[in-house]
Amino acid sequence: MSARIPYEPPTRIKLRAAAAPNSRAKTGGQGARISLELGSGGRLMRDFLRRHILASFRSPLLRDLPDAAALKAGIAFTTDAYVVDPLFFPGGDIGRLAVNGTVNDLVVSGAVPQSLSLALILEEGLAQDVLKKILSSIKSAAAEACVEIVTGDTKVVRQGQVDKMFIVTSGVGKILARPAPAKVKPGDAVIVTGNLGDHSLAVLLARGDFSLSSKVKSDCAPLRFLLPLWKQGALWMRDITRGGLATILSELAERLPYSVMIEEEKIPLSKPVRAAAELLGVDPLYLACEGRAVLVVPAHKAKTAVKALRRHALGRRAAVIGRVENKVGRPGELLLATLAGGLRRLEPLTSELLPRIC
Amino acid sequence: MCLAVPAKIVSLDENREGEVDYLGTRLKANFTLLEEAKPGDWVIVHAGYAISSMDEKEARETLSLLRELAAAQDK
Amino acid sequence: MKEFRDRKILAGLLRSIRRRAEQLGPPLRMMEVCGTHTMTIHRFGLQPLLEQAGVIMTSGPGCPVCITPDAYHEAAIGLLTGRPNTILATFGDMTRVPTRQGSLQTAIPAPGSRLKIVYSPREALETARQDPGREVVFFGVGFETTIPSIALSIKQAAGESLANFSVLSALWLIPPPLRAILESGELRLQGFLYPGHVSAIIGLRPYAFVAEEFGLAGAVAGFEPADILLAVSSVLDQILRKKPAVANEYGRVVREEGNSRAQAIMEEVLEVKDAYWRGLGLIPRSGLKIGKAFQAWDAEERHGLKLKPESSELPGCRCGEVLRGVLPPPGCGLFGRKCRPESPLGPCMVSLEGACLVYYKYSRK
Repeated sequence: MSARIPYEPPTRIKLRAAAAPNSRAKTGGQGARISLELGSGGRLMRDFLRRHILASFRSPLLRDLPDAAALKAGIAFTTDAYVVDPLFFPGGDIGRLAVNGTVNDLVVSGAVPQSLSLALILEEGLAQDVLKKILSSIKSAAAEACVEIVTGDTKVVRQGQVDKMFIVTSGVGKILARPAPAKVKPGDAVIVTGNLGDHSLAVLLARGDFSLSSKVKSDCAPLRFLLPLWKQGALWMRDITRGGLATILSELAERLPYSVMIEEEKIPLSKPVRAAAELLGVDPLYLACEGRAVLVVPAHKAKTAVKALRRHALGRRAAVIGRVENKVGRPGELLLATLAGGLRRLEPLTSELLPRIC
Repeated sequence: MCLAVPAKIVSLDENREGEVDYLGTRLKANFTLLEEAKPGDWVIVHAGYAISSMDEKEARETLSLLRELAAAQDK
Repeated sequence: MKEFRDRKILAGLLRSIRRRAEQLGPPLRMMEVCGTHTMTIHRFGLQPLLEQAGVIMTSGPGCPVCITPDAYHEAAIGLLTGRPNTILATFGDMTRVPTRQGSLQTAIPAPGSRLKIVYSPREALETARQDPGREVVFFGVGFETTIPSIALSIKQAAGESLANFSVLSALWLIPPPLRAILESGELRLQGFLYPGHVSAIIGLRPYAFVAEEFGLAGAVAGFEPADILLAVSSVLDQILRKKPAVANEYGRVVREEGNSRAQAIMEEVLEVKDAYWRGLGLIPRSGLKIGKAFQAWDAEERHGLKLKPESSELPGCRCGEVLRGVLPPPGCGLFGRKCRPESPLGPCMVSLEGACLVYYKYSRK
């Protein structure tokens, strides 16, 4: 019989019921309640952030909604919450996710990850074995990512007020370089570090909702091997999480006086994701990863960058998939050159059909 | 929704339930609508049911038509 | 199979389409009546390429989610919100269609009830088997591609005497609206692309009237870009030879007689009825309902639902005109402005096969 986490009333923070009828908020177009789509990483979420978060918190550091804040004293600071369902999936678990997600936010913001905080919110009745497994996974993920867990917190809430386990990690790192999206110009190369969508598919199939099975494994991994690229010409990087490549890249395109064009036939995809795309009608360009990044480097440095990435086990399928353009499309657009020889616009994700992927 | 792909039957039991393989991914399907379907056949699966089998001869004919077209382009 | 997407081959097919179109005097107007065809055409950027070649594709009532009137969705919402311990199972797209009662997704379920997204009626059946304490209602929507599977699931439920499973059905037949569109004379069409997988079920015969009575050419098409172009080419051929017919350009999947087993199951479980289509109104003998022998698994009977499909749409929504092919999505004043994927005003912007969503995702200027 495995031991169960006992419920102990919290001594400091007052519990607020998860679905209290007066905890409403205005959302875009849906009335007065928070809808699932707000967490999807797409346009609805960004509108929500602008309207509520940016309007409430005025720090100039928040203005561009960066993945990590560059503080004075050369430190970058980031935070993320993890609510993935199920807790365990092929290739990882919520613990591994919680470490790598925060590590990667620091890496793509130009910082060397150093220390993480770890806050656990546990549901009463969760098996202690499960907690032990996750903690062990956090430990090895931290070692693999060369970061230390230096502080944390644990809360237990009544059964039903959280789904098994939620994790919040914050991380700090030393700033190595400053991303320079303002320096991006036509001809610069867009590179992805590997196959898209493996994580999303692994989590989706692990839910058992589909009568589908495949050998896909989550790509959840630390992206530390990207750090040297900051000194080898990289201008901008993002890890390809919620919303997928199309959403992430369109966020870059929107800030540029140019367009960005990627080529459909150059996008690396694993066989399981290719199959799932056809079988389930999901578009891999919108599937989240947890160990893949997209970067922009000057054209003449692209070949070297791809070579450097491919030397690493996690970057074997790295490839140039497109470029910044000023002769095609309109400024701010993200375009896809299709397999059939056509050209179409890629929009950021609006609604999420796959909740709780990370 | 016509969303359906050609997949190869991997197994099917006496209840006409089984699995198909598409690019290495396995999908559960029901074959009641295809009385003659057997493992190794290529079928179209839609919403969990196999609705039609793929005619290899026809497929090859269409493919060679397309290949001829490609060759004609190169002239 | 890569050849079906090969750029050179597609370019060659487009060239031969252009040659034929030029002989006939472009532009030629064709209608596709399958949402997945609409998706393929736009996803691969074929719409502008075909236009350049002299063929304008118009999308017709090919999206089953879109042509289902709000009354059905509202009935489903009513069950979910009003009936305790009920699982409302349906395909994903259905859950976001906006009605005056909101959508299935935004509805607050009754105590013990929930919405479950499934990809197959089999999953709904399995849910009923595994949860005998709850009532499972499968909200099943589809054309002839999906109808046999839904019929089969009803038959299976009956065979097992499954007491907690019923189907709220919105089943639509493809050939009748083609007749309605042609009889209305609203559109000047030169040909049709017939749906690939609907035809795998019903065969070619049901479309014969289009050629015989209305003299219009048509071809059954598959779903790869090359399939679409081969079918368009075939339609132009028929027009050139002045021999309108029902050509089968998806021979590897579609047999002339269709799938007789599937047709038999449809006949066994279901009955033809007159049906009210969004945008097209009442079309005689254009829908299917669950037959008397299987009444116990008909959610309308079981739960005493009284559907009034004629009372319907959200004001200002012009999905009906889009579905009839008289209004291309960009022509709707709400398109891309008040009506967007994140805030849809009608089903055409919700369904993955809805013309408006397809246009918005792939072809917006």
